[in-house]
Amino acid sequence: MVPLYWYMLLSAAVFCIGVYGFLARRNVILMFISIELMLNAVNINLVAISHYMEDLAGQILSFFVITVAAAEAAIGLAIIIALFRNKETVHVDEMKEMQG
Amino acid sequence: MSAYLLIPFLPLFAFFVNILFGRNFIKGQAHWIAVPAVTVSCLVSWVIALKMFMSHDPQIINEDLYTWISSGGFRASVGFLIDQLTAVMLIVVTTVSMLVHIYSIGYMHGEKGYYRFFSFLSLFTFSMLMLVMANNILQLYFGWEAVGLCSYFLIGYYYEKKSASDAGKKAFIVNRFGDFGFGLGIIMIFLTLGTVHYAEVFGSIGTLTGQGIVVLGFQMDVITLIALLLFCGAVGKSAQLPLHVWLPDAMEGPTPVSALIHAATMVTAGVFMVARFSPIFNLSPVAMAVVAVTGAFTAIFAGSIALVQRDIKRIIAYSTCSQLGYMFLACGVGAYGAGIFHLYTHAFFKALLFLGAGSVMHAMGGELDIFKMGGLKKKLPYTYWTFLIATLSISGFPLLAGFISKDEILFLAFASGTTVGKFVWVVGVITAVLTAFYSFRVFYLTFHGEFRSDIEEMKKHAVEHGHDPHHLLHEAPWTMRIPLLLLAFGAVTAGWIGIPAALGGHNKFAHFMEPVVGHPEVHAGHATEYILMALAIAIFIGGLLFARHMYITNRDLADKMAKKFSFAHYLLWNKYFIDELYHFTIIRPTMWVSKSFIVGFSDGKIIEGIVNGVPRAIGQISGFIRHVQNGLVHRYATVMGFAFLAIVAIAFIWR
Repeated sequence: MVPLYWYMLLSAAVFCIGVYGFLARRNVILMFISIELMLNAVNINLVAISHYMEDLAGQILSFFVITVAAAEAAIGLAIIIALFRNKETVHVDEMKEMQG
Repeated sequence: MSAYLLIPFLPLFAFFVNILFGRNFIKGQAHWIAVPAVTVSCLVSWVIALKMFMSHDPQIINEDLYTWISSGGFRASVGFLIDQLTAVMLIVVTTVSMLVHIYSIGYMHGEKGYYRFFSFLSLFTFSMLMLVMANNILQLYFGWEAVGLCSYFLIGYYYEKKSASDAGKKAFIVNRFGDFGFGLGIIMIFLTLGTVHYAEVFGSIGTLTGQGIVVLGFQMDVITLIALLLFCGAVGKSAQLPLHVWLPDAMEGPTPVSALIHAATMVTAGVFMVARFSPIFNLSPVAMAVVAVTGAFTAIFAGSIALVQRDIKRIIAYSTCSQLGYMFLACGVGAYGAGIFHLYTHAFFKALLFLGAGSVMHAMGGELDIFKMGGLKKKLPYTYWTFLIATLSISGFPLLAGFISKDEILFLAFASGTTVGKFVWVVGVITAVLTAFYSFRVFYLTFHGEFRSDIEEMKKHAVEHGHDPHHLLHEAPWTMRIPLLLLAFGAVTAGWIGIPAALGGHNKFAHFMEPVVGHPEVHAGHATEYILMALAIAIFIGGLLFARHMYITNRDLADKMAKKFSFAHYLLWNKYFIDELYHFTIIRPTMWVSKSFIVGFSDGKIIEGIVNGVPRAIGQISGFIRHVQNGLVHRYATVMGFAFLAIVAIAFIWR
């Protein structure tokens, strides 16, 4: 039986990788992948704690997260493609028309 | 629905039709809408008034149409009251209005704003009828302001002309002074009695007797204060001293307007109002004395100015001021019935004088100076005879309308038995001399002697101004002559309804009015009345002969007199410098304050400072904050991450 804190450590590690990737990378696609990593870190946490607490609510919630992530990925990729068509780039520093 | 509602609302209907469709569709046919509407309302008025006059127990209509304002304890309705006083006013207003409407068809023919003229004339008629038919003070006030507005529109009818638009503004602003007091009077009535309906106000005004109020540190009787405030409104609207200055300038409007608004109806609204509020005035001897003395002073003051003026319409305007003074004089000695009687006869002969003057102007191509006229008798026979009747009537030819009503006023003033009554009687008699003189002066200078202008030059002048030179020195069209004839008939016969008992009449008019305004005390017998009458006739003959001597038989005398009494002439010619006085005491300081203080400081610095300062400050703050939004996504994410950590940290510490 793997203890709970291993799962939590794994989750924290994956989350931190996601945060680092999101802050450090300038490529929109990679930033997007980093967001997915963070979401999945949360999912690991949810499932592990759900198992530990013997309560299925956490696992159900993780399904919701996966669904929402899928939808978000679809829309996000669509926006990225639209941006690429317009600007011929996926580098976020080039995309700052909205600055004050 | 009762038939009497037709009286005010038909003219209103005519106004809406003409103002909405006049410019594009009706144009020169506007009279086909306005004239029938006013005629029907005139007929209905006559039927109602005659029915009341004939019956021994007249039916008084007093109905609320609907509730206009209901707010807390304040309630005002739109309602109509037709009693004896209103019936007389209805006849005056609708009859003169109808005749002036008809006259205007000829007089205003071919004017650019023909439809505008007729729509405002109808609107005026409606407002004036609302004023006289009101059964509460607020509706009276509505009518009061609405007639003022129409007067403003119509004085400024030729608004391209600077003097006309200025005269309109002057009339409006001078009236503001009076109406301010009037408004305060209404508020005082509501504050003390809690109602604005005539019946309730007059029923409970007696409870205020003897109550005092402190105004600006002075102890004052409440009823006197209310009466004087109400009288302020009358002073403005009826052009009494010291607010008379607007009336002569109002002559810039077209002549039918002068006849209707500034002679027969609107300016008499003040007299009507004082008579309507007679239960209030009767309770305050002080206010009564003020009314009588103001009237007497205005009568002699305006009459004396009229002696030397040269502009035909202005002379008649000053004459109107003076006659209105007579009416107030009558009201002030308690003879409200006589005041209203003079109002009623005056409407006929004064409207006739104005319309006659309009006819003369029509023939003279707009010339107003009586010293440039003369000998028009042959050219304008209709105008000549009708003008003669009006002149005889106003100056007191025995048994014409003006003689009977003026005689009654002077008799009742003399017979009132008070010092004020005697004083105003003396002033009234002197004014009667002036009236006879200046009326015949206008008459002789206009119609007798020889023509004092160059006809060729006038023709040239007319062509230059785009008028038809064939109208010059020709009688006016029929639409203008018929009203003259009808008014002449009125100027002769209108007084017969009030022939005093001393002359074998029954003075039906005074008895008819008695239920509304009461009857004054009379401390003199028929013998006195005969003496006074003889005096009045002597005055009439004296004035006539003197004017004839001065302007027909001995032409140089007028100039000699003017030289001999050069100071008096100078003073009168410049109208006692009242306009100049107001110019220096009110207009100049006001202009100075507006220019230097309001425009320069309070408007320029304070208001504009706030208006411009607020957006400038917001602009600067946002200019500073905008740098936060730099468009770099990872910077946002970093801030978000650290902010999240900070919130978590604070949440931990807080626990």
